[in-house]
Amino acid sequence: MLKKIIKRILISIPVLIGVVLVIFIMLRIVPGNPIVTMLGEHVNQQTIDKLTVEMGLDQPAYVQFFKYVWNALHGDFGTSYRMNRSVTQMIMDAFPYTVKLSILAALISWTIGVVAGVVAAIRQNRILDRLFMGTALLGVSMPIFMAALLLQYVFAYKLQLFPISGYEGFSALILPAIALGWNSAGSIARMTRSNLVEVMQDDFIRTARAKGRTEAGVIVFHALKNALLPVVTMMAIQISSMLSGAVLTESVFGIPGIGRLAVNAIENRDMPLLQGTVLFTTVLIIIGNLVADILYSVLDPRIREVK
Amino acid sequence: MKKQEMEQNRTASRDQAVYVDLQSPFNPEDHSADIGESDTLLDKLAQLVRQNKLAVFSALVILAIIILAVFAPVFSPYDPAAQSLRERLAAPSAEHWLGTDKLGRDILSRIIYGARVSLVIGLLPTFISMFIGTILGLFAGYYGGKTDFVIMRLADIMLAFPSLLLAMVVMYTLGGGIVNIFIALSLVNWASTARVVRAQTLSLKEAEYVEAARSMGVRKTTIIFRHILPNCLPSLIVFFTLNIPSAILSESSLSFLGVGAQPPSASWGLAVTEGKRYLFSEPWVPLAPSVAIMILVMAFNFLGDGLRDVLDPYLKEQ
Amino acid sequence: MAENVLEIRHLKTQFFTRKGVLPAVDDVSIEVPAGKIVGLVGESGCGKSMTAMSVMGLLRHPGKVVAGEILLCGRDITHLSPRELAKIRGSEMSMIFQEPMTSLNPVTIVGKQVEETILLHEKCSRAEAKKRVIQIFQEVGIPEAEKRYNAYPHQLSGGLRQRVMIAMAMVCRPKLLIADEPTTALDVTIEAQILELFKKLRDEIGTSIILITHNMGVVAEVCDYVYVMYTGQVMEQAETFELFANTRHPYTKGLLRSIPKLDEKTDRLYTIKGVVPNLLHLPAGCNFSTRCGECMERCGKEQPPLYEVSPGHKVRCFLCQGACGTAAPEPETLRAAETGKEGV
Repeated sequence: MLKKIIKRILISIPVLIGVVLVIFIMLRIVPGNPIVTMLGEHVNQQTIDKLTVEMGLDQPAYVQFFKYVWNALHGDFGTSYRMNRSVTQMIMDAFPYTVKLSILAALISWTIGVVAGVVAAIRQNRILDRLFMGTALLGVSMPIFMAALLLQYVFAYKLQLFPISGYEGFSALILPAIALGWNSAGSIARMTRSNLVEVMQDDFIRTARAKGRTEAGVIVFHALKNALLPVVTMMAIQISSMLSGAVLTESVFGIPGIGRLAVNAIENRDMPLLQGTVLFTTVLIIIGNLVADILYSVLDPRIREVK
Repeated sequence: MKKQEMEQNRTASRDQAVYVDLQSPFNPEDHSADIGESDTLLDKLAQLVRQNKLAVFSALVILAIIILAVFAPVFSPYDPAAQSLRERLAAPSAEHWLGTDKLGRDILSRIIYGARVSLVIGLLPTFISMFIGTILGLFAGYYGGKTDFVIMRLADIMLAFPSLLLAMVVMYTLGGGIVNIFIALSLVNWASTARVVRAQTLSLKEAEYVEAARSMGVRKTTIIFRHILPNCLPSLIVFFTLNIPSAILSESSLSFLGVGAQPPSASWGLAVTEGKRYLFSEPWVPLAPSVAIMILVMAFNFLGDGLRDVLDPYLKEQ
Repeated sequence: MAENVLEIRHLKTQFFTRKGVLPAVDDVSIEVPAGKIVGLVGESGCGKSMTAMSVMGLLRHPGKVVAGEILLCGRDITHLSPRELAKIRGSEMSMIFQEPMTSLNPVTIVGKQVEETILLHEKCSRAEAKKRVIQIFQEVGIPEAEKRYNAYPHQLSGGLRQRVMIAMAMVCRPKLLIADEPTTALDVTIEAQILELFKKLRDEIGTSIILITHNMGVVAEVCDYVYVMYTGQVMEQAETFELFANTRHPYTKGLLRSIPKLDEKTDRLYTIKGVVPNLLHLPAGCNFSTRCGECMERCGKEQPPLYEVSPGHKVRCFLCQGACGTAAPEPETLRAAETGKEGV
């Protein structure tokens, strides 16, 4: 078991390196001089030369790369051009907001998704099922920014229950979290339902009935664990889409999280900042997937066995 | 990888169990479920038409939107670019069904023209990225070994990125604009297709008819494209339909963030972001294009779901 | 009557499908005496499993018991609420299934799954329940019972899994055990062992067993009584020896002839010609008339009743009308007319 976990962790290291490399290359194949791209056409040659040396752009690409990785490993993602601040510091300032937002959104989407999925499966093809699955598909189909705008309009503007924008404490996170979680809740509900419906056809469910479990007992003690195991993986994938989606909600609700940082970086053409935020988020996601994978293999005895 | 294979085995055995359960009490002669395996694509589509009215309705909605987009000049009541500062931010009325935006442009006309952007972005980059993914997946699955290792590690890396962020990075490099979104989305989304196709190729590779073809000395590329690819097709069709909405959502998200389509494009996502300032005073300005996105995405989702049910019931939600 | 653990009287189970009503079980009466093994034989789709599922109350939508009585130890269980049924399932009657591979919950250790049956039906501490599980594991012949308690289903062989299923079914000492093709998925040596186990359960614990099978050899091996079923009806019933010695129904004869024999030289195996008719489109007269080699004109028009040719030996065939003369006084002839009208 431990061996398997270690192996799994080792496998993600090349992926990690690959991710850094891809980002690194992508941000450097910008046509034209990167300094010009960053600062605009009207910079004088002197500034360009100065910055090129300052940023090490005069060195060969592989030197730049290893330097960057080396520094990143020491927690240094470079310096923002525009803000003239340490990128690491900026990420660390923004990170807590995004984390709170994502955790809240995850909790919302997992609970709602699983509960709605289970209820829909039990009431298969009845009104409640249709209602929940219709809503779920609406959730999957609605752009996150639309959900955010709608929530902002109804609950913050019309009903004035929550702040419209900015971060003034926990209550400011609720609407963005719902907007963010809404989408994932839809996919989780759909997956939970289809898994549960499938599992309920399995032979061991018949066995459970034959040994005297009532229908509720069959679902709670036998079907759920089997049906939810694959959903765990799904939940991990959702973390990734939430960190992505945070870009959108943060931008609608004016929350100073990592997503905002990334959008600002693009608007200001602040390459080190964009590089830092994207790398940081991606590493988080890789770790999240790793944890989910390990969790899944711990939970499912059939996979536990496989080397 | 092992996990996915086990998952497949499990669904396969489950499939048989369900089959036995359903059939044994009924008529043993009625093997319609059996025969389903050899049904042609057309038969299955006919089945879809019979069974899933919602999917049919969605297909009609998509068709209607396509017609609207293609013949936009015919259907749109106004020139989408015509500004009229006297009529800025007008409420929906008989003249402007969905009102006007901050420059007094007719929102309905702009939505009709914007459908062109969404449809093109939804269909073409998805097709290109799936084309790349299919080829890579076929080769990875069929050749195995180093080819497989390299391609799949690359896919792992691509899948590790949050797709929106990756697209944002590409947009940073290339700059805004629809053509660049096109390139970004084509490059970003091939990995999941490659995985699905690879998994199918792995199992098809072992099929008797492929073994037979191989033993007769048929060329590898012929086997791949004549024997394996056609069998992946149903899954690919389903996957294609279900990938279109995510491409549409990506485009609108990028445009919403201001890194995608640039003014004066009629992109729906751009229209939302241009209108979001008026959310509280003239809510239809940002909401009308949002609803348009939702309808199109939902139609593709419903259709994809229906297709999955008839073509490939075991392709899991991605 | 009291010595019958189970009595099924004129049971009718139907499936209400979109294409019409399927008479899966059609007027079946079965008696299971205490401490005996009763075999239900027939081709797949003949209603034997559905009879069992009706008894267990395990029919799923769109199947439904529409008429008849099921008496378990003299108590009518046909109209029990789902909760009451759940209470007697596993404790008074239990069932094991054809697929030991998939009939156990894959993510729970088998010991716990057996233990669950005890805890569901009896007040009993966990420690005590565990002790009993290990004991029943030993009884059903699972080696290293204590170690197996912690095994997951996928770690066990098919034979062991079936033993676990039997342990699960037997742990509360039910009066009736229904085994639905318990050995079909197993290889022959394991099959023999499992059949031995059934005999042991019958002889030592006194459990009555309904053994559903399509294998006449299995019937000859372990059953005390046999019911031969075809398209939801009982075609012939008798004590095992009587049935083999004095086969009357053409269908039973066909089944017996289709078993290959070592001492006979044949080029081709005998098969009953034709296929089982669609339950939605049964022939007007005798259900077997479409495949029967001895079919008479009358067979195509009328449904034969069960004739009692000797005490306990009943045959649903006009050929036996004169044999004893006493047709069982059952209003079955109406059936043919009924099913025609019941289509939805």
